[in-house]
Amino acid sequence: MNWRRLWAVVIKELRQLRRDHITLAMIVGIPIMQLILFGYAINLNLRHLPTAIADQSLTSGSRQLVMDMLATGVIEPVASAQSPQQLMEMLRRGEISVGVVIPQDFERRLATGEEVVQVLVDGSDTVVQSAAVQLAQMPLTYTPAEPRASSVPLPQARISVVSFYNPQRVSAINIVPGLIGIILTMTMVMFTSVAIVRERERGNMELLIATPVSRAELMLGKVLPYGIIGLIQTSLILLLGMLLFQVPIRGSVLDVYWSAMLLILANLSLGLLISTRAQSQFQAMQMTFFVFLPSILLSGFMFPFDGMPAPAQWLAEVLPLTHFLRLIRGIMLRGADFSDLWPEWLALVVFILVMMTLAIVRFRKTLD
Amino acid sequence: MPGESDIAIRARGLTKCFGSLRAVDDVNLTVTRRQVYGFLGPNGSGKSTSIRMLCGLLTPTAGEIEVLGLRIPEQAEELRRHIGYMTQQFSLFADLTLRENLEFLAAVQDLPRREAEQRVDELLHEYHFEGRADQLAGTMSGGQKQRLALAGSVIHKPELLFLDEPTSAVDPESRRDFWEKLFELADAGTTILVSSHYMDEAERCHRLAILDRGRLVADGSPAELTGALAGRTLEVRAEQPRQAKRVLVQVPGVLSAAQIGNSLRVLCEESGDCRARIEQAFADAGVSATVTPIAPSLEDVFVAATNRPADQLATEAP
Repeated sequence: MNWRRLWAVVIKELRQLRRDHITLAMIVGIPIMQLILFGYAINLNLRHLPTAIADQSLTSGSRQLVMDMLATGVIEPVASAQSPQQLMEMLRRGEISVGVVIPQDFERRLATGEEVVQVLVDGSDTVVQSAAVQLAQMPLTYTPAEPRASSVPLPQARISVVSFYNPQRVSAINIVPGLIGIILTMTMVMFTSVAIVRERERGNMELLIATPVSRAELMLGKVLPYGIIGLIQTSLILLLGMLLFQVPIRGSVLDVYWSAMLLILANLSLGLLISTRAQSQFQAMQMTFFVFLPSILLSGFMFPFDGMPAPAQWLAEVLPLTHFLRLIRGIMLRGADFSDLWPEWLALVVFILVMMTLAIVRFRKTLD
Repeated sequence: MPGESDIAIRARGLTKCFGSLRAVDDVNLTVTRRQVYGFLGPNGSGKSTSIRMLCGLLTPTAGEIEVLGLRIPEQAEELRRHIGYMTQQFSLFADLTLRENLEFLAAVQDLPRREAEQRVDELLHEYHFEGRADQLAGTMSGGQKQRLALAGSVIHKPELLFLDEPTSAVDPESRRDFWEKLFELADAGTTILVSSHYMDEAERCHRLAILDRGRLVADGSPAELTGALAGRTLEVRAEQPRQAKRVLVQVPGVLSAAQIGNSLRVLCEESGDCRARIEQAFADAGVSATVTPIAPSLEDVFVAATNRPADQLATEAP
């Protein structure tokens, strides 16, 4: 390893990057756009959700509850129904997003502290789901026959929410740490694989391999600038996540960066491996998405890991994003220690070593 | 320092197969130091493949290579410090400036920092790039790109320079300038192996090898090669050259008859008195034409060696 040659490759890469305005814009633009899109879509305070209410009680108490719910503005009655079955049918047909069931024995349940109302939600839409959860947290100000201290929110959750089609509720706070992983997976793999394949396409590679520059110098020189870019992206998402969505970092910030660094290296080495295979930039992009889609779907970012069938879980265990999500959620949300999460970072380290070795072994300084 | 013998390149039985295609077929080659050695042949004749094997970028299917006393491809890594290689396609970085390109090459060729700076300035001056050092390489003309590529390939003062069709996309004046540079380098002691499909460039080489369909079909100095054809080339002047040509191709022993303006250039087989037979044929056919011997050219050498018309060199070029 010759430092001057390695440095020359790094400088060359940075100079080229500086002149590539579109890539530069993507480096900053992708995190900002995705964070705002994902973050606000989930945090959106929904209003006027099409709703049907089946009031089977028809007492003054139930009517007041309905009026309170409507007053929040979250729901808007668009149809009437008599039974929960009818509501479910309407949900299925997509006519309504929310169904409210007030049972016949509403007054009795209220008195005994049982659940008084059931809200049926179209859980296939996470935004609707989170809106309905807000609705369910509405305090019941109505107090029955013998008034207790009025207007005091009742101790138990008195409205139960049944979410159809997506039992696990995803929240913005859960999304933002995961988004770091998503963005790093997307940009890092793509940038490195394309960066090397582009040189092959333009013929630069033939010039490079005819010089004394070594395989490791070439690979590391390519990877280092993008590693720095990955850390910049991480900082950007963290900062925006804290400013816009009050995402907490309950663990140590250093641990967050360690985790990000591991994911960056894992993705960069995967990008290098792709670049030794792909013949054109187009192929490199396709291979990137071949990895990217399962990462989004299986890593636990979109759907809960525990709910997936075993083969999907095995596959997910191979993806670096899966382990990163466990790390970052543990550190940021649960305040876990880096050392507590050793199986996750160990998995990432092994992934990096395997991919990097494969990439360097597969990369030949010949044109064969 | 690799072997100081007078041989720069020695290849024996050099062969490269791509699947069922024999791109280079049993080529034997010796290049002595301080020579400009030319590879002449149409596209697909194996010039690039041979050059890539000689500088260790392709592994030969069979054969032995020794370059500057090093065994290739085993010692290719060691060889890379001593050779310059200019690819057929422009391979410097289009999105770097001239200076940045040269600085990068100086660094990967292990020039110490201060020496590198000096050398870059020197090359910018020598190759007439003063005032354009901060221009992006991609915005230059074809001729300028080739000049820059040559400057880049000699930045570490290599003993041996491989040039793969350096002038194929360059106007005639730039080609002349380019060859001036090559001779300056050769005078300074650099061995140069250059491939081309231009006859006039081949004539400038000290020695050359003619490649055809992967085989080396002739090699020697231009004078030796043309000298071997002495007495076999004739010029036919006729009122109606096309009619004369139809007669000529029927004559046994005539290898080719190429029309050049109003005359025909005829190449004959080695044995027999071709001229008498041609004159007889013209007389029989009632065609009025005069036949005179002329000096053989490299085009004739190419035709004689490949049994193909010389214009294939040009038509098969990109």
